Amino acid sequence: MISQFFVLSQRGDHIVFRDYRGEVPKGSAEIFFRKVKFWNDDEAEEAPPVFNVDGVNYIHVKVAGLFFVVTTMVNVSPSLLLELLQRIARVTKDYLGVLNEDSLRKNFILVYELLDEVIDFGYPQTTSTEVLKSYIFNEPIMVDAGRLPPLGPAAMFMQGTKRMPGTAVTKSVVANEPGGKKREEIFVDIIERISVTFSSSGYILTSEIDGTIQMKSYLTGNPEIRLALNEDLSIGRTGSSSYDYRSSSGGAVILDDCNFHESVHLDSFDIDRTLTLIPPDGEFAVMNYRMTQEFKPPFRVTALIEEAGPSRAEVLLKIRADFSANVTANTITVQMPVPSYTMRASFELEAGAVGQTTDFKEGSRRLEWNLKKIVGGSEHTLRAKLTFSQESHGNITKEAGPVNMNFTIPMYNASKLQVRYLQIAKKSKTYNPYRWVRYVTQANSYVARL
Amino acid sequence: MAPTVPSAAKSASPSQPSGKSEVADLKQQLRQLAGSRAPDADDQRRDVFKRVISCMTAGIDVSAAFGEMVLCSATSDVVTKKMCYLYVGAHARAHPDLALLTINFLQRDCRDQDPTIRGLALRSLCSLRVPNLVEYLVTPLTTGLKDPSAYVRMIAAVGAAKLYHISATACIDADLPASLKALMLSDPDAQVVANCLHALQEIWTLEAANSEAAAREIETLYSKPVVFYLLNKIKEFSEWAQCLVLELASKFLPSDNNEIFDIMNLLEDRLQHANGAVVLSTIKVFLHLTMSMTDVHQQVYERIKAPLLTLVGAGSPEQSYSVLCHLHLLVMRAPMLFSSDYKSFYCQYSDPSYVKKLKLEMLTAIANESNTYEIVTELCEYAGNVDVPIARESIRAVGKIALQQYDVNAIVDRLLQFLEMDKDYVTAETLVLVKDLLRKYPQWSHDCIAVVGNISSKNIQEPKGKAALIWMLGEYSQDMHDAPYVLESLVENWDEEHSPEVRLHLLTAVMKCFFKRPPETQKALGATLAAGLSDTHQDVHDRALFYYRLLQYDPAVAERVVNPPKQAVSVFADTQSSEMKDRIFDEFNSLSVVYQKPSYMFTDKEHRGPFEYSEDLTNLAVGAEAQENVISAQRYQENDNDLLLSTSDKEDNGTRASNGSSTSTYNAPSDLIGLSSQTPAETSLISTGGPAYSSQSNFSLDDLLGLGVTEAPAPAPPPALTLNSKPVLDPGTFQRKWGQLALALTQECSLSPQGAASLMNPQSLIRHMQSNHIQCIASGGQPPNYKFFFYAQKDGATAFFLVECIVNTASAKAQLKIKADDGTAAEAFSTLFQSALSKFGLS
Repeated sequence: MISQFFVLSQRGDHIVFRDYRGEVPKGSAEIFFRKVKFWNDDEAEEAPPVFNVDGVNYIHVKVAGLFFVVTTMVNVSPSLLLELLQRIARVTKDYLGVLNEDSLRKNFILVYELLDEVIDFGYPQTTSTEVLKSYIFNEPIMVDAGRLPPLGPAAMFMQGTKRMPGTAVTKSVVANEPGGKKREEIFVDIIERISVTFSSSGYILTSEIDGTIQMKSYLTGNPEIRLALNEDLSIGRTGSSSYDYRSSSGGAVILDDCNFHESVHLDSFDIDRTLTLIPPDGEFAVMNYRMTQEFKPPFRVTALIEEAGPSRAEVLLKIRADFSANVTANTITVQMPVPSYTMRASFELEAGAVGQTTDFKEGSRRLEWNLKKIVGGSEHTLRAKLTFSQESHGNITKEAGPVNMNFTIPMYNASKLQVRYLQIAKKSKTYNPYRWVRYVTQANSYVARL
Repeated sequence: MAPTVPSAAKSASPSQPSGKSEVADLKQQLRQLAGSRAPDADDQRRDVFKRVISCMTAGIDVSAAFGEMVLCSATSDVVTKKMCYLYVGAHARAHPDLALLTINFLQRDCRDQDPTIRGLALRSLCSLRVPNLVEYLVTPLTTGLKDPSAYVRMIAAVGAAKLYHISATACIDADLPASLKALMLSDPDAQVVANCLHALQEIWTLEAANSEAAAREIETLYSKPVVFYLLNKIKEFSEWAQCLVLELASKFLPSDNNEIFDIMNLLEDRLQHANGAVVLSTIKVFLHLTMSMTDVHQQVYERIKAPLLTLVGAGSPEQSYSVLCHLHLLVMRAPMLFSSDYKSFYCQYSDPSYVKKLKLEMLTAIANESNTYEIVTELCEYAGNVDVPIARESIRAVGKIALQQYDVNAIVDRLLQFLEMDKDYVTAETLVLVKDLLRKYPQWSHDCIAVVGNISSKNIQEPKGKAALIWMLGEYSQDMHDAPYVLESLVENWDEEHSPEVRLHLLTAVMKCFFKRPPETQKALGATLAAGLSDTHQDVHDRALFYYRLLQYDPAVAERVVNPPKQAVSVFADTQSSEMKDRIFDEFNSLSVVYQKPSYMFTDKEHRGPFEYSEDLTNLAVGAEAQENVISAQRYQENDNDLLLSTSDKEDNGTRASNGSSTSTYNAPSDLIGLSSQTPAETSLISTGGPAYSSQSNFSLDDLLGLGVTEAPAPAPPPALTLNSKPVLDPGTFQRKWGQLALALTQECSLSPQGAASLMNPQSLIRHMQSNHIQCIASGGQPPNYKFFFYAQKDGATAFFLVECIVNTASAKAQLKIKADDGTAAEAFSTLFQSALSKFGLS
């Protein structure tokens, strides 16, 4: 049973505040905000998503830089509330096209309208964009998506590839377009977040892919859709250990496990690996999957730190892009913590480097190397000279690292999971909506040890 | 809080109002609009209302405009209407008289043609929360429940719960619960059904405090027809309502294994749901259903591993945190089952520290012979981490693994390597661990001492690390060549040592050293005692004085006090009792799991929610659930032991095996709570299996308790026993006592035929016994078998009597098991209890 729901800005302003049961004492939003801001003074720790202050439970998620919060006095299921908060954010995004402080402030009355239908007396009712449509009377006021910083996983499609209509993903599901007629289209995104840990000698210690097939449908009349995946896809690993790295013969994709959206029918999944569904309006995850099968990591990272005199050291960072040359990774960041007594760092980029920046973050004692893009097959290196405030003693490699890397690679997926085809049940011969199937791989935790 | 955004009043979409003068301005504008028939009045009204709501959101008190808002409320624009409803709902309570003005148009809207308007009006009407308007609610609600539109019925169902909160009597008098129940079992719309269930659970749970009938009604919600009816429709429900139904199903008590398997087969595909809340609710059902079937229970663990790990990887960090907390709970219960999945619990770069902490605990728990090397290697990587709190936790984790394992040589080496890293917090943490290791494995003193001896105490700043080093200096001063001199130099700096903990350790260490190497330490001892005696800290001063006097009295005695022969510590105390862990497990899929605390520790009584087995003793209705708790907790324990047999519970197993009742009895897939399928004798054997075993091992404790709490050992003819009319005992204590105490008496007695006939439900007997000052803590069962747990307290004493009473109404017989703090009075109490029982139904 939810007592209150509210959305706070990064500064703690109320953007939306709804009390459903009138049982939580006044000032809860302020109490929440103080608690989150100053969770643990001495050990800069982040506040957990669920905590209790004076008998009131605060559950929150951070979306687009905003706090979505519910309070409750009852011992409820935390997962239910966290899922619900995430869903409320998603439904709001479906309506407003973009979700951020500006769009929420402009549409707060609409958000209240949504909240009235989503939760009644603290009980979750419906979060289906489609069902909600018939009860929502406010027209969304659009904010100009172009001048806003890109947000969320959808934003990555806006860079680079021309084939992606940039405005599509920030389009409201309900609002009519200026032209009057809605464009018939459907987006299927295969988003993979990969985690790899390399040992100091370059071996892969652990690797995992967490993937999502995300769908956003702008089709009228909700036609049935068939989504065909790799024919040789298999689910569930045999053997007792899920981490027994047998080389997969023939390149079959083996998922450890997966789960599906409500609307997905798996009747023919076992036979020909197709998913049948009638996609509801709005954005949703058709399928989530996890894979620990061995795969080829997109980047090889090598990092070296060596003493060069009594209070100096040299760092060498090398990245090699192990993917095909027609794919380009973008927004790459490489971070490396250095010994705490490092005073200065001077960098030496490779000859002819374009779109690369370097920085020594004094506060957190780390080197940062940013690359705008990396083309498949290429290799990049960075050298840095460190100056220490004291003589280093002991093993310098134990005082630095590990190296962490962040990147996004559009049109690339590490798992080789494919959408073979996307079939839309035909209404007429002329009905031929746009279909976008897009792949993207992001780093979740991409670490090389020293 | 609100930043001042200029010219909000002029903006088309005012989002952040400027201040309080705003309210006066708004009132003014509303007044002008109230009677306006201007063509754009609707638009203007919309704008002004928007600003009012905006002020409300920012926390500005806009209640002063209530009258004006109501005057403007007559509009056909739905958007404006909704804003008005929102406003009125928030402020009606403060203006009950003015709220009356809104009733009119709300009532009219309740009869509107458009179901959306009817629904909206009904929702707002019920949200006013004004007691004196209750009379206007009942009729629209009753009509609403019969409305042709599902939307309206759905709102009416929740409305009934709202009404109950405003006026319970109005809700009950209108017989709304009965209508809700009928609707729940017949409505074609799944959300209407779900809302009826929400409302009924809320109303009956609150009502149960003073009505027996409501208590019975709650039980019917958990009955087979209702649960199966809802489960069969599970796919029609929204995912949120599915969670509700699953939660209900997790409390269902199946009567045989077929029912269990039916439910599990039906719900199997729910484990593949993308919504983590649905998956966790399903897991709860599976875990609770299979509690008594060890094999299947273990299969469930295997089955749920993959879905849980997938959920951890999918979704936002917040969502995975909650799933991870549940995984943590399961790992802690059955670490063996997760030992091959250890890599899933490695920390990732992007994990927030609250996630890393959970993972470290899991890694510690699942370390065994086969994976220790990998896990410890991984943990050692974290020890150099830039995130200092996590580095510390990692070192502690390595230490804990060392303490669990049989072969710790390699780990000790790693720990000693930490000392060479020369980071102060690493050294401090490591020293504490080396100290603990030495307490458990004194045989390694030689290796450790060699390394520890090289550490200069000056380099250690943290009190805990310093204290650990000093302890080792004292304990092993015979092996550490320069121990007396190191200690001496520490004593010289006595005044600079700020931590009393360190000073206390220093006192003791110097004493120990003195007895091992007197000539070298004598001088230091004198200095230490002198410093200690003049110390401003009370404890330090007292300990110094104590040592001083002890030495004065007899040095030999002092040596025995300070340097007794020590036994190696075999197991360090667990911080959380197993009872507590069981409670948290009972409350699976709730906040208890995240907080790692049972709900009674963080919520007040009325808000424990559907997850908690209520503890209110005066509340008859919850008796049934409490009993479930008592028994199920035992079952869990048994089950856990089975899961963990190969690890740590070997001693326990030995004891258990020697205690007559064979293990297979516990494991027999049987229905413990339903009772109907069991003969009473069999049931009691099982349910007391746990206690019987613990009572053996705690026999001496029993004596101790008996002696300690009664004023005088009872003489041969016990005086007439009188009972305290209002004893207080919470279920937790009851359960513990029941486990600790030995069986004082077993008896069979008869009920009067009238009594047996009138025992239609547990409550009647409970009240009868209460009038005899015997309280019920838990009850359950179905005709003809009932089971009760009673307790009573001797008047003017603290000693309790605990009774397990199994009644068979068909044979009019009752079986009693009596346990007592004061065993001597058990006989007298038994007589009293039986006479009370035999009078049941005769009055």
